[in-house]
Amino acid sequence: HGFPPPPAPTQAHRADLPPQKVNEEAPELGGEGHERAQPQQTLRPHHPDDPGTAGPGAPAAQLRQPPGGSPPPPGGGTGAPSGRKGCREGHGAGGSESHPRRGESPAEPGAGGQAWAARGGPHGRGVAPTASRRLRAETGRDSVEWEGRSLLKALIKKAALGGEQVHILGCEVSEEEFRAGFDSSVNSRLVYYDLFRDPLNWAQTGEALPGGPLGALQAMCERTDPGPVTVALDSLSWLLLRLPCAALCQALCAMSRRHACRGGSLAAEQLCVLGLLHRELHGPGPMGALSSLAQTEVTLSGTAGQASAHILCRRPRQRPTLETLWFSVLPDLSLDLQGGPPLESQPHPDPHTPQVDPASHLTFNLHLSKREREAKDSLTLPFQFSSEKQQALLRPGPGPATSRIFYEPDTFDDLDPEDPDGDLDV
Amino acid sequence: VTKGKLTLLCDANTDGSFLVHHFLSFYLKANCKVCFVALIQSFSHYNIVGQKLGVSLTVARECGQLVFLEGLKSSVDVFFRAQAEPHPLQFLREANAENLQPLYEFVREALKPVDDGEAAWRCPVLLVDDLSVLLSLGMGAVAVLDFIHYCRATVCWERKGNIVALVHDSGDTEDEENNILLNGLSHQSHLILRAEGLATGFCRDVHGQLRILWRTPSQPTTQRDQSLTYQYKIQDKSVSFFAKGMSPAVL
Repeated sequence: HGFPPPPAPTQAHRADLPPQKVNEEAPELGGEGHERAQPQQTLRPHHPDDPGTAGPGAPAAQLRQPPGGSPPPPGGGTGAPSGRKGCREGHGAGGSESHPRRGESPAEPGAGGQAWAARGGPHGRGVAPTASRRLRAETGRDSVEWEGRSLLKALIKKAALGGEQVHILGCEVSEEEFRAGFDSSVNSRLVYYDLFRDPLNWAQTGEALPGGPLGALQAMCERTDPGPVTVALDSLSWLLLRLPCAALCQALCAMSRRHACRGGSLAAEQLCVLGLLHRELHGPGPMGALSSLAQTEVTLSGTAGQASAHILCRRPRQRPTLETLWFSVLPDLSLDLQGGPPLESQPHPDPHTPQVDPASHLTFNLHLSKREREAKDSLTLPFQFSSEKQQALLRPGPGPATSRIFYEPDTFDDLDPEDPDGDLDV
Repeated sequence: VTKGKLTLLCDANTDGSFLVHHFLSFYLKANCKVCFVALIQSFSHYNIVGQKLGVSLTVARECGQLVFLEGLKSSVDVFFRAQAEPHPLQFLREANAENLQPLYEFVREALKPVDDGEAAWRCPVLLVDDLSVLLSLGMGAVAVLDFIHYCRATVCWERKGNIVALVHDSGDTEDEENNILLNGLSHQSHLILRAEGLATGFCRDVHGQLRILWRTPSQPTTQRDQSLTYQYKIQDKSVSFFAKGMSPAVL
């Protein structure tokens, strides 16, 4: 098909392109403007609720279908075909990171179609591949910490075994501690940038990575060779505390862009950035900024000894999907997915439990007997304008229903019909 | 004595300093070289409590086992010294102190392994009481985290020692810096001991509740991180622990 690498979605919203004419329902794109979806130009933004407006003829139609020839993922992926296409474009947008919250990352680091099929989803679940995942470590409020580093290591191991280069920027633990658990074949594929020993160059030995944390991050982009690459950042929280959020986001975007430029059109889909983020350390602003860069967020939590991952997948052309899976990371750093809906108690109350009557344990009686209830229901409120009242008012009768005012003027009262307020001493 | 671990002591609504005294006497008795950065109390205070627990800090300091940085006394020295000489608490004097590097250098120097053949101590230990006061003295949370980061790199990783640090948890969400410090350290710790006051208030017989959490920051465990809770009562020379609700005063 020869689709050229699509530009970033921000460019896709150009309003100067002529609107599409043929075969169009009139989709409401919220003022984004229509664009002619030509193969050579920007892709039309796909509104998630759009029933699927057809573009002009065949090229647009192909946009919505999986790239021809790629086999669909085994096991019936959850929207996998278009997902793959989405992955490709998603990389063009910017760095994506995954935060494994508790560890499960169903998405395979953006591999090509065949490689993905060969690898298979875990347990053949057919999880759609996503280009990047964000790993986010979560800590429960009881400081029972569902740590995410073991998940990060499990994903790295998977990537390394899949033949990708893996670059790791290690800030929080020593290189030895990080490499522990990987066997030698995996370890030999890992390129480790050590920011743990002397990140701020206090020792002045000259061994520290130049430029501090930001310099190290940028140096990492320079050194990645074209081809499938996984970049793991352990941890994003460490970087976010010491670098301004904007600089970090820009560096991540630059990383993917540089990789795309170097490798040609196919390289964009082959960069996968994994980042570990500790939820409690950051406010909603930086978290939101990093969220928007990521295609997948994995939030870790768990109950009673079992870790679960909430996976939120946002692909450019599809509705975000939220999935929850149980998982555990085995000592040899392989992922064990147990799938299925969470068994934990639902946050909303079970509809079968009887509603608690709040008026049941009081020292006074708030209940109404049947007669009282009838009397209450049949009471007409004094200011309610019912039909009876209307009739009574229209009927000028002197009956006791009407009220009359009896006024005896005082000696000081000066009733002047022209100036009713004349007696006021104002 | 396990090696290379960071233990975080945390107290909320109560005074967790009994844990500091415990670890001080524990490591001194275990023949470890201890560097104690004591910013809260004077030397004699720790000495008196230490004597009740069976160690003499004076003797330990004289024979070189204990390196004691008395924050209260030496903070005054900062102002009377020539400015060129580095002092571990130099940040008190500087208007824009950015980091705690002088303090880190002091710790590194104090726990430098001596290889002149004399009785080698078991492993170096850094004890800090406490880190929250550094926030009150004007350092940012990231500066304190950097300090602990470097201490971890040197003491825990390079020299296979341990670090024990106390952080106060104010409990309210308004102190963001303290929360960042506490959460950041929690993620790096191997053991978290959290002393809390009882939810129902002050009690004469049960002084508080201790929550113990073992963590493995980078290794997957088949068993999830273990957590235990005990209630305690501080007595003159020891602390007695019992399971929740099992205080002898109640039974």
